[in-house]
Amino acid sequence: MDIFLQQIINGLVQGSIYALVALGYTMVYGILGLINFAHGEVVMIGAMSALAVSKGLLSLGLPVVLAMPLGLLAAVAICMALGYTIERVAYRPLRHAPRLAPLITAIGVSIVLQNLAMMFWGREYHAFPPLITSDSHQLGGAVISDLQILIVLTALLIMAGLLLLVHRTNLGRAMRAVAENPAVATLMGVNINGVISLTFMLGSALAAVAGVMVGANYGIVHYYMGFILGLKAFTAAVLGGIGNLRGAMLGGLLLGLIESLGAGYIGDLTGGFLGSNYQDVFAFFVLIGVLIFRPSGLLGERVAERA
Amino acid sequence: MLRRLPDILGRRSRLALTVGAALLLLLPFAVDLSLGRGWVRITDFALLYIMLALGLNIVVGYAGLLDLGYIAFFAVGAYTYALLGSPQFGLHWPVWVVLPLGASLSCLFGVLLGAPTLRLRGDYLAIVTLGFGEIIRIFLNNLNGPVNITNGPQGISRIDPVTVGGFSLGSAHQFAGLEFPSVHLYYYLFLGCTFLVILVSLRLEKSRIGRAWMAIREDEVAAEAMGINTRNIKLLAFAMGATFGGLSGGLFAGFQGFVSPESFGLMESIMILCMVVLGGMGNIGGVVLGGVLLVLLPEAFRHGAGPVQQMLFGKILIDPESLRMLLFGLALIVVMLVRPAGLWPSGRRQRELTADDGVAQQEQETVYDASR
Repeated sequence: MDIFLQQIINGLVQGSIYALVALGYTMVYGILGLINFAHGEVVMIGAMSALAVSKGLLSLGLPVVLAMPLGLLAAVAICMALGYTIERVAYRPLRHAPRLAPLITAIGVSIVLQNLAMMFWGREYHAFPPLITSDSHQLGGAVISDLQILIVLTALLIMAGLLLLVHRTNLGRAMRAVAENPAVATLMGVNINGVISLTFMLGSALAAVAGVMVGANYGIVHYYMGFILGLKAFTAAVLGGIGNLRGAMLGGLLLGLIESLGAGYIGDLTGGFLGSNYQDVFAFFVLIGVLIFRPSGLLGERVAERA
Repeated sequence: MLRRLPDILGRRSRLALTVGAALLLLLPFAVDLSLGRGWVRITDFALLYIMLALGLNIVVGYAGLLDLGYIAFFAVGAYTYALLGSPQFGLHWPVWVVLPLGASLSCLFGVLLGAPTLRLRGDYLAIVTLGFGEIIRIFLNNLNGPVNITNGPQGISRIDPVTVGGFSLGSAHQFAGLEFPSVHLYYYLFLGCTFLVILVSLRLEKSRIGRAWMAIREDEVAAEAMGINTRNIKLLAFAMGATFGGLSGGLFAGFQGFVSPESFGLMESIMILCMVVLGGMGNIGGVVLGGVLLVLLPEAFRHGAGPVQQMLFGKILIDPESLRMLLFGLALIVVMLVRPAGLWPSGRRQRELTADDGVAQQEQETVYDASR
């Protein structure tokens, strides 16, 4: 029982991080129909720059309670600028190009960001200072730390805020209009390019927060962390129904739970033949299963085959 | 096709063909003398990658299906060869059995993977293939316990060289007083195979199936309305690409003598895709060009980056390896921005994309709207 509960807790924490990253994918896909391959690297840059800034502030003598939030803010700002630049340089000029061209530039951006990070921060793992002084609580035989509670609550808060933004504000209405039909949105006076830029910046801000969460949760960051994380977050977005915000949230949480429960029990289920080193496989089996049985994702509407 | 070649080509192009063939045959010796034996090896790899890229070109270039896990089929072929022709299980099956077996296994995997996903939209196929590539790699990495099958991250070494009727390509041979080292022999084998793949691709492109693929690529609904069984035809493209991948994988294992999961990461899949897209999707010449560029340039850079920095700044400022990848990434972005259809696009696509009657422009815009 306590192992089960523990895995649920770990899964929820991991899942809320996936959900934040998945939102970035799904927003861009909803509007442009583009897989933003570089999104995982934005998460990495967020974690790395938060670390660098807060380290600098700490060495200036600032207390941890001040340095870490400032580092997070700086990371959000850096990632928003990065998201804007990526869209402007690599995607906007190719909006009418053959479909694969923006995918290749996205891969190019991803490689460039990874290697820039490697030049700045080296190949080694960096220790990430804890966000808060974290106490652990007993919860029915399982352990949950303040940090984990903070991560889940922050993620939920951000998601609620995003839903409000998209469904209750003018900017949100403009975003949905562009996703529905860009040409008509223009006629209605929506500045498409502005909306797309803002979407990228919003997604990147979420990515920065997620990056800091990953760093705080695992205590380490390095230049390659964004890649597999991005892949799984995309899986989560597809699982929930790509282009659908609630779907991304649900998909992220579910994927986190499936992974953590799967990794916890695979040894027992297969009689010790397969171990927890197969953790990464689950995401993809889930993905293939979803695509076979419910291709539009859990919450996505049925999309007709369009050429 | 070959019989008709002289009629198709004029006298001048026949001359060009002869000269080109002679140059290709002499290439390993020229490279060996001028740049050293290591570069002959790199040339061999370039040929292998060209074969892979041509295989992927059938899937991506002709049928327009985005496959991001192509290297998995390469891995299946390579590991089939490695397991059946190495001391790992003490098996030493002949090449004639192992290579076709690896190719058919890859084909089988392609069908199993393609059958459920090919009825979906293209982006999903991309993600499923990507996931499949990762699954294969993770299994190769972890299937060393409790029963040791793949030897895990250490990989399988001492794989039998390609041997045909007692003639092993793994050691040097003398012909007409000329010494042919192992890498030269593999060069000729790969050159022959590459030409075979090119020939098959050429014939496919002009065939009924090839035209069906291109129809699907341009407009799947219209293709279906024309009576094409789109699912089967797409599956055929996918399986055929997988088969070529498996075949090259077998050759790779025999040539390298060693396989490990490291050779089959997502980065390799992306590299091959970049060869196809960068060179020019659907155009065989473009794909070959892409393959040559993407194998040779990074290699040249690996050898050149250190010394050049030494010369300019007196010391090595930036790690050449990461500088190489950085420039590679930048090159991908710049080439796509300047030439979105690739360096050497296929003539048919070129005409479709640049027709000046306004229809093409209009079509492109509607395609953009619909593809959201």
